[in-house]
Amino acid sequence: MTTHLTSARPAAGPRKESRRRPPASSATTVGRPSFAWAVPAALFFALFAIVPLIMVAVLSFMSWDGISSPEFVGMDNWSRLIDDPVMLKSIWLTLLLTVLGVVLQTPLSILLGVWAAGHQRNRAVLSVIYFIPLLLSATAVSVLWRALLDPNFGIPAEVTWLFGDGNLFGEQSTAIGVLAFVSTWQFTPFHTLIYQGAARAVPQVLYQAAEIDGAGRYRQFFHITLPQLRTSMITSMILMIVGGLTTFETVLILTQGGPGTDTTISAYYMYDKAFKSFDYGIGSAIALALVVAATIISLIVVRVSGYDKMRSSMEGVS
Amino acid sequence: MRRRPNYVAGVGSLVWLVLVGLPLYVMLAATLRTRQDYAENGPVSLPDSFTLDNFTGAFDSGFGQYFFNTLVVTACVIGIVLLLVPPLAYAIVRSRGRATSAIFRLFLLGLAIPAQAVIVPMFYLISEAGLYDNLLGVILPTAAFCLPMSALILSGAMRDISPELYEAMAMDGASPRRMFFQLVMPLSRGGLSTIVVFSALQAWNGFLFPLVLTQSDSTKVVTLGLYNFQTAHGIDIPGLLGAVVLSMVPILLVYLFARRALVQGLMGVGGK
Repeated sequence: MTTHLTSARPAAGPRKESRRRPPASSATTVGRPSFAWAVPAALFFALFAIVPLIMVAVLSFMSWDGISSPEFVGMDNWSRLIDDPVMLKSIWLTLLLTVLGVVLQTPLSILLGVWAAGHQRNRAVLSVIYFIPLLLSATAVSVLWRALLDPNFGIPAEVTWLFGDGNLFGEQSTAIGVLAFVSTWQFTPFHTLIYQGAARAVPQVLYQAAEIDGAGRYRQFFHITLPQLRTSMITSMILMIVGGLTTFETVLILTQGGPGTDTTISAYYMYDKAFKSFDYGIGSAIALALVVAATIISLIVVRVSGYDKMRSSMEGVS
Repeated sequence: MRRRPNYVAGVGSLVWLVLVGLPLYVMLAATLRTRQDYAENGPVSLPDSFTLDNFTGAFDSGFGQYFFNTLVVTACVIGIVLLLVPPLAYAIVRSRGRATSAIFRLFLLGLAIPAQAVIVPMFYLISEAGLYDNLLGVILPTAAFCLPMSALILSGAMRDISPELYEAMAMDGASPRRMFFQLVMPLSRGGLSTIVVFSALQAWNGFLFPLVLTQSDSTKVVTLGLYNFQTAHGIDIPGLLGAVVLSMVPILLVYLFARRALVQGLMGVGGK
């Protein structure tokens, strides 16, 4: 990533036009800002995100306890991780929680988003309440649900026909269920917003044409709305996946990775190794694995959603 | 054309209303009742007592200080974002050249860097810089992690400024700097308020950086206060929920005033 920065040419003289665009008149090139306007932000971001990212790669080949100076140990951390049953389990749990999140949130947020894009009278009032979870910190949400689901004083103690003996945190399946539910509760409003925006942008002409052809409500939904939401669906799912891979506070507060290591997902295991067992080398190796996964997914985002082409497509239209 | 209501989505939205409304009701009701009342009558019942002790209890365990710290962090993060992002977005939208597109790609990739990924080296860097257990050590990384999304939101807003306006100013011989201050900044007020709300939310709700980079009570932020309160008073559920409610109040107030900016900004994220 930093190679892009070092290969930057000074922006003196006439600027090179993108090949896609026809040669512009002098009026469109005069008075354009140089790349220097972007440099302060880029430097700040590089210092606090890119440099640590490079360091995490280096640290993953070192042994460091936080007090003595780091020491190079080659592939040691990595081979220890490969042999570590908890690590393997944590990867599996991370994937499970991520998939559960996508499966629960996608249909729900499409449904709510399409509904909220309509023009019902009660929509404005309801959407104020809907989006409250969006505002709460993961910490507040987790503390709230930890209290609400407390086996002795919470809702399960009262609604026994639904929750059985009530200790949802004592068993792997229910603990995972709670984590998936709490994430869904917290993030569905955000994805609903994405779909609401996209559903509003669907051209009304399509529905009018379908209605003339006699297509019913549900055919319209499956043949017009859903295909038109495709791009947003990809963006939203990828955000869900990156979010799922990096879930942390929810686990720290709700289950502490337990019972045993039954909900120890990778991000929590990284924190546990680095900041509780003071094994920063292993922690870095786990973190690096997380970054690689998240970066691959983000590259897919940029390709599929066309974020990187936005400039030429928008500015060309005039 | 008149359209019939969508019953499936309507029912779904009502279910969601219960799923969100019920916990919020239990939380608000619990914070206004005494601990005995809550323990005897259970969380879902109507409160038969009224007390504000749960809020004062939170303040007694240091929440006043935590609020102040969070406020400082949030204000500084907003300041840094407002200083760095508008010129960045301006360059992304208007500048032609490979250097700028490389920088834009850097920020796009940055969207995917999770805070957990850099927390170990961040701990190292901040300690080496002598900023461990210092609010500045929380402010700088938090602001840095607000930049990618803010750049995306604001450059989206700046793209909506019509090219004719730039051309007219260019005809008058205006410099990029003058265009920035007299054209771009006034016309992107909507985008600016979105990134302010967005960064404020990020900073106010931040947890991992404060958790790892601070230690003492004098630098603790609200989210960390909540976490510690839970570990210490886990059984006192009304007290705990009182602290949760307190931690939400400021952000809810901001939401009431800035709902439009926040919602529209986030709606744009999905692409159209």
